[in-house]
Amino acid sequence: MTTMIWRRLTAPLLLAICTLTAHASDDETSSWTYNALGEKAGIAAIVEDLLVNIANDERIVVRFADADISRLQRMLNEQFCMLSGGPCVYTGDSMRESHRGKNYTQAEFNSLVENLIHAFEANDVPLAAQNRLLGKLAPMNADIVAQ
Amino acid sequence: MPFSAKRLFFTFILGLTGLTNAYAGDRILATGGVTQIEGSAGGGLVPWGVLHGTTSDNGLGITAAASRAGIDDYTLDVKGVALNLYNRLEISFARQHLALDTLGGKLEQDIIGAKARLFGDVLYHPWGQWSLGVQHKRLDDFSLPRAVGARDDSGTDIYLAGSKLFFDAVAGRNLLLNTTLRSTQANQGGLLGFGGDLNDSRELVVEGSLGIFVTPRWLAGFEYRQKPDQLSFAEEEEWKDVFVAFVPNKHLSLTAAWIDLGSIAGLDDQQGGYLSLQVAY
Ligand code: HEM
Repeated sequence: MTTMIWRRLTAPLLLAICTLTAHASDDETSSWTYNALGEKAGIAAIVEDLLVNIANDERIVVRFADADISRLQRMLNEQFCMLSGGPCVYTGDSMRESHRGKNYTQAEFNSLVENLIHAFEANDVPLAAQNRLLGKLAPMNADIVAQ
Repeated sequence: MPFSAKRLFFTFILGLTGLTNAYAGDRILATGGVTQIEGSAGGGLVPWGVLHGTTSDNGLGITAAASRAGIDDYTLDVKGVALNLYNRLEISFARQHLALDTLGGKLEQDIIGAKARLFGDVLYHPWGQWSLGVQHKRLDDFSLPRAVGARDDSGTDIYLAGSKLFFDAVAGRNLLLNTTLRSTQANQGGLLGFGGDLNDSRELVVEGSLGIFVTPRWLAGFEYRQKPDQLSFAEEEEWKDVFVAFVPNKHLSLTAAWIDLGSIAGLDDQQGGYLSLQVAY
């Protein structure tokens, strides 16, 4: 019985491990994602649309009532540029610091991600580049939600 | 289900489908899977670690689904409804009706399920999302299962399920991996009763599925489900399927699959099509 279980498990496990390791290496150096996002101008358009979408999203707009939006816009540009392998350095605060004490919910986080996806779609960002950037942002969840 | 209840159910489903602008949950599209044949959130055959619908930590969600599997000598119909509380607890109810097209007659059971998210998140947590679930099943009529050696007309499956989405895993697409470990005594999912003349104790079985989000609205993949084999009158085999799920929005999903349920009650090589419609809000 146990050997049977292991035989069944091997294939999916191996597959998972392969897919994980296959992508561990190439991202920081390659700027494929940066190019696919449309470089500086493309990222600026995505961030702008993201902020507009947030402004129109009654679920979370109140959370940005006291925010310094022009700084936020600058910081998001830097962050997305750096995460996608572009020639930028993120100079803002850490995700934990900048979202501390706000107790953002998982629902609010998801709403922001939806606004980002809509911004991607409005700017015709290739799906692979969307997924790659989302994959970089996803682990930040732990630093942002319920802090 | 009597005819009028069936009509009511479909009216309910159609009514829900009309409400596409109604409240939608605050989780990302398709992160609730679809309704598997025992009513839990999952694929077609396998319960996953995710909970139904798109409700997040801020609300309640309701899903309803109708599914049909037409295989060589049998037709399985399932109707299910489920409630998701704050993406923490899922309560489900399903009714299965198996028509024995070749042997004659029918087998029916009710399944009450509960699934609690233990920890994690399918998208954000490095280990994915893990849930513990139970499915309590009760047959309407035990005479046929008893005649072939089953011991009980009811039983409870307990399972641990983990789901994780890997972003940008294959050709830039996201990959969804699910693994489920189930403790069960059910013969053919319970439709042939629980326990048997060959074995009357719980068995641990492995289930799993792998899907690729070809686009955010199209998920294609396959599933595998190990099963006990505890009745001497006929061999019981594993279940498999290859599926495509289309999720146009948070309220609707349509799943089509090719399923292979192996040998059932002495009739070998039971394969066929599967269709499932789910509405959620
Ligand atoms: C993937 C998710 C998120 C990312 C990548 C992100 C990124 C950022 C960045 C780069 C900053 C600027 C930090 C700085 O000024 O040094 C920031 C600030 C901020 N974020 Fe987020 N954020 C995320 C989720 C959220 C969510 C879910 C909310 C609320 C609904 C939120 C609300 C804010 C607010 C209000 C500020 C401005 C703080 C201030 O100006 O005092 N963020 N975020």
